[in-house]
Amino acid sequence: MAKTFAEINEKIKKGEAVVLTAEEVVRMADEQGLKATAEKVDVVTTATFGPMCSSGAFVNFGHSDPPIKMAKVWLNQVPAYTGIAAVDAYIGATELAEGREDYGGAHVIEELVAGKSVRLKALAQGTDCYPRKELEGYVSKETINEAFLFNPRNAYQNYVAATNSTNRILYTYMGMLLPKFGNVTYSTSGQLSPLLNDPYLRTIGVGTRIFLGGTQGYVAWHGTQHNPQKARGENGVPVGGAGTLSLIGDLKAMTTEYLKAAVFKNYGVSMFVGVGIPIPMLDEDMARFVTVRDREIKTTLLDYGVPGRSRPTLKVVDYEELKSGFVELNGRKVRTAPLSSIFKARQIAATLKEWIERGEFLLQEPAAPLPADATVKPLDVKELD
Amino acid sequence: MVKERFTFVFSPDTYAKPITYHLVKDYDLRINILRAEITPGEEGHLLAEIEGEEDNLRRALEFLAAEKIEVIPTTRQVTVRQEECVHCGACTAVCFSGAMAMNREEWKMEFRPEKCIVCGLCIEACPLRIISVGFGGGKAGEA
Repeated sequence: MAKTFAEINEKIKKGEAVVLTAEEVVRMADEQGLKATAEKVDVVTTATFGPMCSSGAFVNFGHSDPPIKMAKVWLNQVPAYTGIAAVDAYIGATELAEGREDYGGAHVIEELVAGKSVRLKALAQGTDCYPRKELEGYVSKETINEAFLFNPRNAYQNYVAATNSTNRILYTYMGMLLPKFGNVTYSTSGQLSPLLNDPYLRTIGVGTRIFLGGTQGYVAWHGTQHNPQKARGENGVPVGGAGTLSLIGDLKAMTTEYLKAAVFKNYGVSMFVGVGIPIPMLDEDMARFVTVRDREIKTTLLDYGVPGRSRPTLKVVDYEELKSGFVELNGRKVRTAPLSSIFKARQIAATLKEWIERGEFLLQEPAAPLPADATVKPLDVKELD
Repeated sequence: MVKERFTFVFSPDTYAKPITYHLVKDYDLRINILRAEITPGEEGHLLAEIEGEEDNLRRALEFLAAEKIEVIPTTRQVTVRQEECVHCGACTAVCFSGAMAMNREEWKMEFRPEKCIVCGLCIEACPLRIISVGFGGGKAGEA
């Protein structure tokens, strides 16, 4: 029995929709079978809370008197990009404060969300219509005109697991990798992860309403490095990093509970971003997708000790193994650890479920699908003469 | 029998004393040295796991106090601001003593200070910078 977005939304409005998290729906399918699950369940909530470097915020500061056309901007000494209109800037999560390695754009964003004052410094060339050349003082989310999170690449559909063959500690965005295959890290919430529950992106597209940083946000576009051509398992789930999403939402309405600055030693600053996506149970095909289990989600274990673009795949592992705490590698048990918080992902999936059950969050049918034929090009430059 | 971990802090005046000999011989304690940093003429630190009868341990600690050797339980050296933890698990990737461990039912990081060997790797691994360790004389909360 197929359902439409509109029919599911009618049920949500009446408070009659059956909503389960991606973990709960697995248990239901085990007990009642796929067909009954497809019929009874209307929405499945998915979530992830991991470090996502490709994050940042657009800020419109409002106009000073006399007005200024900001050419250089710093927020708490973190440079923001200003090559747009007079008082607009983009602060990237990974941009570092000048002279510091442990504080960056993600911290500024977190402090803004927390309601703290942030020191703004702006310089300008001075023009006839924008005569002011300097400005310095404190701003907060209460005083700035607008602020919205805009993340070019989030919610990676699967990601690799990492280890290290060298004889020294590697400091990476996958955390600290101990020498001689001393540990393995991974960064996907497995069977709770949004794009792993809709592997062909049948229900997620431009305009999809989501949970973002503690409030409602939207899918703006496909994310950078979107790669739906990645090799897939029999269940359609890509083995390794594939689809990605570009996300947008009102920064002022977000909470620091779901938006947290992160520091990775000798790598830099990143940002934990909480993302939740509702998947409508349109038919039995979707029931099959949303009941994917950790053991059915596979990824490649790469050796980050090889500094090239193509790191060797040591083996293919599944998330049941990764989440067990150990994987077998070269005949011995190697400790595994996550980098994305499954605890937080569960909180997000449960919160999104509550919003839908209370009728506060309706599903949004995509305005356009995400590209299914995109590929990722490497950087191969024509060398200078 | 009790088993506890301590860091002994030696001053330039006390570093040369055969302290572990006395602990074994006089108080019948089993000593497992986990980490040591002792530089002649300077302050030194010894992290050890001590096992023995409770009364013997108490008397040994009195002996150390009389010898002016500072004794800091490991539970006082490591601080995790747990209310700020997001339970990502990055610290558990590097903690081989099992002090930082993931509860795989709730997926929450659980800190067990009695297992800590004060190696300090978790400080570097924590993306939120909410773990502090004061090895050898440092108090909990001091990096």
